[in-house]
Amino acid sequence: MSGQVLLIEDEPNIIEAIKFILSREGWHVHTHSNGVDAADVVRSRAPDVLILDVMLPGRSGYDILRELRDDPATAALPVLMLTARGQSKDREMAERAGASRFMTKPFSNAEVLDAVRALTSVA
Amino acid sequence: MTTINALAAISVAYVLLLFAVAFFAERAAQRGNAGILRAPIIYTLSLSIYCTAWTFYGAVGSAARNGLEYMTIYLGPSLVLIGWWWGLRKLVRIGRSQRITSIADLISSRYGKSNLLGVGVTLLAVVGTTPYIALQLQSVTLSVEVFAQADAVNLHNKQFTAFWVAVGLSAFTVIFGTRNLDTNERHHGVVMAIALEAIVKLAALLAVGTFVVWGMSGGISGTLERIDQSSLGLWEVQGGRWVGLMMLSSAAFLCLPRMFQVLVVENDNDPQLRMAAWAFPLYLMLMSLFIVPIAVVGLDVLPAGSNPDLFVLTVPLSQGQNGLAVLSFLGGFSSATSMVIVAAIALSTMVSNHIVMPIWLRFSATTASVSGDVRQVVLLSRRLSIAGVLLLGYLYYAMSGGGEALATIGLVSFTGVAQVLPALLGGIFWRGATRTGALAGLTAGFGIWLYTLYLPSFGPGVVLPESFFVDGPLGVSWLHPHALFGIEGLDPLLHAVLWSLSLNTVAFFAASLMSFPSPLERLQGAQFVNVQQAPGSARGWSQGAAQAEDLMVMSQRILGATEAQALFQRAAQDQGLAGYLPEPTPAFLQVLERELSGSVGAATAHAMLGQIVGGMAVSVEDLMAVADETAQMMEYSARLEEQSAELSRTAAQLRAANDKLTRLSVQKDAFLSQISHELRTPMTSIRAFSEILRDTDGLTGEERNKYSSIIHDEAIRLTRLLDDLLDLSVLENGQVSLNIVQGTLREVLDRAQAAASANENGPALDIQRDLTRESVVLFTDTERLSQVFINLISNAGKYCDAAQPRLEIRVQKTDKDLLVDFIDNGSGVAPDAQDVIFEKFSRVSDQKAGGAGLGLAICRQITARLGGEISYLPGQGGAAFRVQLPLSMTRAA
Amino acid sequence: MPLFVERQTYRRRRLVDAARALPVLGLMLWWVPLLWSLPEEPMPASTALIYIFLVWAGLVAAAGLLIYALQAKRNRGPEDAP
Repeated sequence: MSGQVLLIEDEPNIIEAIKFILSREGWHVHTHSNGVDAADVVRSRAPDVLILDVMLPGRSGYDILRELRDDPATAALPVLMLTARGQSKDREMAERAGASRFMTKPFSNAEVLDAVRALTSVA
Repeated sequence: MTTINALAAISVAYVLLLFAVAFFAERAAQRGNAGILRAPIIYTLSLSIYCTAWTFYGAVGSAARNGLEYMTIYLGPSLVLIGWWWGLRKLVRIGRSQRITSIADLISSRYGKSNLLGVGVTLLAVVGTTPYIALQLQSVTLSVEVFAQADAVNLHNKQFTAFWVAVGLSAFTVIFGTRNLDTNERHHGVVMAIALEAIVKLAALLAVGTFVVWGMSGGISGTLERIDQSSLGLWEVQGGRWVGLMMLSSAAFLCLPRMFQVLVVENDNDPQLRMAAWAFPLYLMLMSLFIVPIAVVGLDVLPAGSNPDLFVLTVPLSQGQNGLAVLSFLGGFSSATSMVIVAAIALSTMVSNHIVMPIWLRFSATTASVSGDVRQVVLLSRRLSIAGVLLLGYLYYAMSGGGEALATIGLVSFTGVAQVLPALLGGIFWRGATRTGALAGLTAGFGIWLYTLYLPSFGPGVVLPESFFVDGPLGVSWLHPHALFGIEGLDPLLHAVLWSLSLNTVAFFAASLMSFPSPLERLQGAQFVNVQQAPGSARGWSQGAAQAEDLMVMSQRILGATEAQALFQRAAQDQGLAGYLPEPTPAFLQVLERELSGSVGAATAHAMLGQIVGGMAVSVEDLMAVADETAQMMEYSARLEEQSAELSRTAAQLRAANDKLTRLSVQKDAFLSQISHELRTPMTSIRAFSEILRDTDGLTGEERNKYSSIIHDEAIRLTRLLDDLLDLSVLENGQVSLNIVQGTLREVLDRAQAAASANENGPALDIQRDLTRESVVLFTDTERLSQVFINLISNAGKYCDAAQPRLEIRVQKTDKDLLVDFIDNGSGVAPDAQDVIFEKFSRVSDQKAGGAGLGLAICRQITARLGGEISYLPGQGGAAFRVQLPLSMTRAA
Repeated sequence: MPLFVERQTYRRRRLVDAARALPVLGLMLWWVPLLWSLPEEPMPASTALIYIFLVWAGLVAAAGLLIYALQAKRNRGPEDAP
C-alpha cells in the first residue's frame, strides 16, 4: 500500500501515533495542526486521504470540510473525521458536513488502518 | 540696624508658623479629622481675606484724605452677609451641589457650560486682580522701607523685597494650594493659615487702635473731641460716592475671585454660612473701629507730608513703640499674603480649567480615553498658573514703579470684577437669562470699564492719548472717557460704575430676551434657579453609545483609580448590576460629569465626556422635565421617576440574569461534550501507544522509552483533570476543610510565583511586585490561596499576548479589604466574556493552552471559601483580576 | 399648599421674613447720613461715627439673634422648605 495521507490534528501525541501506524504500512503522512489555513494546505497537497480532527485551533473541522465539499477539486476527496466528543449529534454533524467516515477517540490502531484502506480502495 | 534684622527674623518665624499650621491642617484633613477644619468660625475668619493690605494700611490713608468714606467698603459686605437669606445661601448651595470650582466655572456652567464665557470671566478676573496683587507687594515693600528708614538703612533695591515675597508666596500656594486634586476643590491647609492671619491682622489693628485711643488721646471722650477738632471733624462725604461705593463693594464682595473661592468654593455646609452671617459683619466692624482715630492722630503728630497710608506703622514708631509697630507690620504682612495666596489659587483654577485644559485637550492629539494620568497635567498647569499669576503681579508692580497710581487701583479692580454681577444674579434667579445675554452684558460692561476707568487709571497719555481727556477721542466729545454721552461733572469712578453696570445690565437683559437658549442652557438654568426645590432633577446627557469601560479609563485618570472604581461600583450596584461597569444611563453620566467637574471644571468635564459619549443631544424627554414647572408636576414626576427607576433597576437585574442563564445553558449543554473531549484526548494517545508497544515488533529501546513516557505523561494529564474536577465539586459542595495557618502575603506570592514559573513554557513573564506592600500577615489557608495565585500567574503566562508579557501584582488595603490585583499588559478579556470566564470549562480565549478551563472556576470557589471574592477588573489596559480578601484575617506585619 | 399652617411653621416663616427685612432696614439706616450733607447744619464726625457703629452693632446682634431663633425653631419644629 502506498499513497499520500494528510493528517490535520492539533494534539502532538496523537499526530505521532497516527503517523507511526500509517507510515509502517507504507503511507506518506503529512501533518498540519492549524485550522485556519487547513483548506489551503489540502488543496496544495492534494492527498489521497484526509484525516481531519473536529476541534482545531482557529476553525472547526466541520467548517473546513464544508468548504472542501463546495470546491469541485476536493468535493470527492475521501475524508476520515476524528472527534473526541462522542455524542450522536456529532456523528450527524459530520455526515451532514460531508465526511466519508467518522471515528470517535479513542480508537484502536487497527480501526484507523482499516478506515484508511477502505477509503483508498473505493477511490 | 537691629530693628530691621529683628523684623526679618520675626517675619521668617511667622512664615514658618504659617507653613506649620497649613501642614498640620492638611495632615488632619487626610486622616479624616476635618471637624475643626470645617468649624464655622474657621470659615468666618477665612472670609477676612476681603481685608487686604489695601484696607489694613489704605483705610487709614483713605480716612485721612476723604473722611468717613472708607467705611462704605466695609458696610456693603456687611449688608450682603446680613442679607444672606436673599442670595448668598442660594449661591453657596449651588456651588456645593454643582461642584463649582470658581466664579468663571459658575458662569460657564450656568450658561450651558460655555467655555467662551469661562474664558471671558477668567480674563476679566486676571486683568482685575493682577494690579491688586501688585498693590499687596507694594504694601509689604513700603512697610519694610519704613523700618529701614527708622534704622537709617539704605535698601539698595526696593524690588528685592517684592520679588522674594512673590517667590515665597508662590511656593506656599503651590505647596498647599495644589497638593491634590480634590473633587471638592477645598484647601484645608490654606484656609487654616488664612484663619490664623485673620486673627493676627485684627489683633494688630485693635492693638494700634487701643494704644492710640487710650495711650495717646486720653480715652474715648478725648478721642472723639480730638476727631471733631481735626480736619476730618465734619461729615463731608459726597452722597453719590457714599451710596455708589456701598453698592460697588457689595457687588465686588460676591464677584471677587478670591472672595468667591472662600465664600462658595471652600464652603462645606450651611452652618458655616449661618455663623458668618453675623460674625463676619462683626469682624468688619472691629476692623474699621479705630481707623478714624489712627488717621486723626497720625495727621496730628506726624510731620506734614507723611504718607497717611503708613500711619498704622509710623504712629507707633514715632512714639517709640517698636514692638507694637512690629505687630502692626505682621498684621499688614498677613493681610497682603493671605489675599495673594487665595487670589492665586482662585485665578490658577480658572486659568487652568478654562484656558490651559481646553487647549491641552484640543492639541494633545489624544482623546480623553487614552491612558496616562490627566491629574498630573491638571496639577502642573495649576502650578504654572500660580507662578504665572504671581509673576504678572510682580511685573505689574515693577513696571508701575510702585507709585501713587497703585493706591487707587483697589476700587478700579472692584469695578472690573463687579461686571460679573448681572450675569451671576441673573443666572441664579432668572431662568430666562441666556448665554448670549451674559456674553453681551459682560462684553459691554468690560469694555466700558476698560475705557472709562482701567486704561485712564494709568494716567493720561500712557495708554489712552491725552487728547481723549481734553475733548474726547478724535474730537467726539460725547465719547470722553470721563463724560460718556455728554454727562459731565460726575466723579470719574462713579461715572464708570454707573455706565458700565447699567449698560451691562441692559445689554444682559435685552440680549437674554431676544435670544433663545439651547436645551443645555435651559436645563442648567432650571437646575441653578431651582436649586433648593429640586436638587439635580434635570439631565444633560442622552443615552448614547458611551462605553462604560472607556468612561472608567478616563475617570481613573482624573479622579484616581480607587475613587473612580468606587464610584463606578456604587453606580453599578444602584442599577442592580454586579461588577464595576454600570450602564451609561443619562443619570449616571450626569453624576459622573459632576464628579469630574469638581476636578477640571464644568466645561472641560462636559467636553471630555462628550468625546467619549459622542452626542451632547438633549432628548425631548429631558426637555419635558424642564417644562414641568409647577410644584405638583415636579412632585408627581419625582414619584414616577422613583418608581420607574425601581422598575428599570429590576428590569436590568432580570435582563442580566436572563443573559447569564442563556449563556449558562449553552455552556451546560457543552459541558458533557467538553468533559468527554478533555477525557478522550489523553486516552486516545494512551491507547494508540500501548497498542503500538504491544503489537509492533522490533521497536528500538529509544522508541520504547519515548512511547512509554508519552503514555505516562498523558496518564498524569488525565489524573490532573480528574483532580481538578473533584476539587471543584468538593469546593462547590462546601465539604472542604480549611487549614488556617499564619503566613505573610509575600510568602504566599513567592511560592505561587515559583510554582507558576516552573511549568511555564512560553516567553518569560516579567512579574512586577511591590515587596513592602506585601508584608501583610494573613491568617488563612495559605495553600489554597497560593493555588489561586498560581492560577492567575500562569494564566497571565499563557494568555498574555503582548510581545514582552508583563504582569503587575498590586497590593492595596481599603478600610475592610485587602485587594491583590493581577494586571497584565495583553489585550485583556472582551467585555461580553468578562462575566463567564469564571464558569467551568470557559477558557479565556479559544486557543488551546493545556488547561481544562477549570482554573478560574476553582479560584472563584476558593476565594469564596476564604471569605473573599475574585473579580475581573475592566479598564486597566490588559487582563486584570482582583482578589479581595477580608482584612479581618490579616494584620500589618 | 394648605391655607393655614401650624403655629410653629407660621412663626418660622415670620422669622424668615424678619431675616429678609434686616438688610433692607440696615441699608435705609445707613443711607440716613445722606440727609446730613445739607449745608445748613454740618454734622460733627464723632456723632456720625457713633451713629454708624451703633447701627452696625445693632444689625450684628439682630442677625445673630434671628439665626439663633431660626435654628432653635428648626430643631424643634417640623422642617419646611422656605
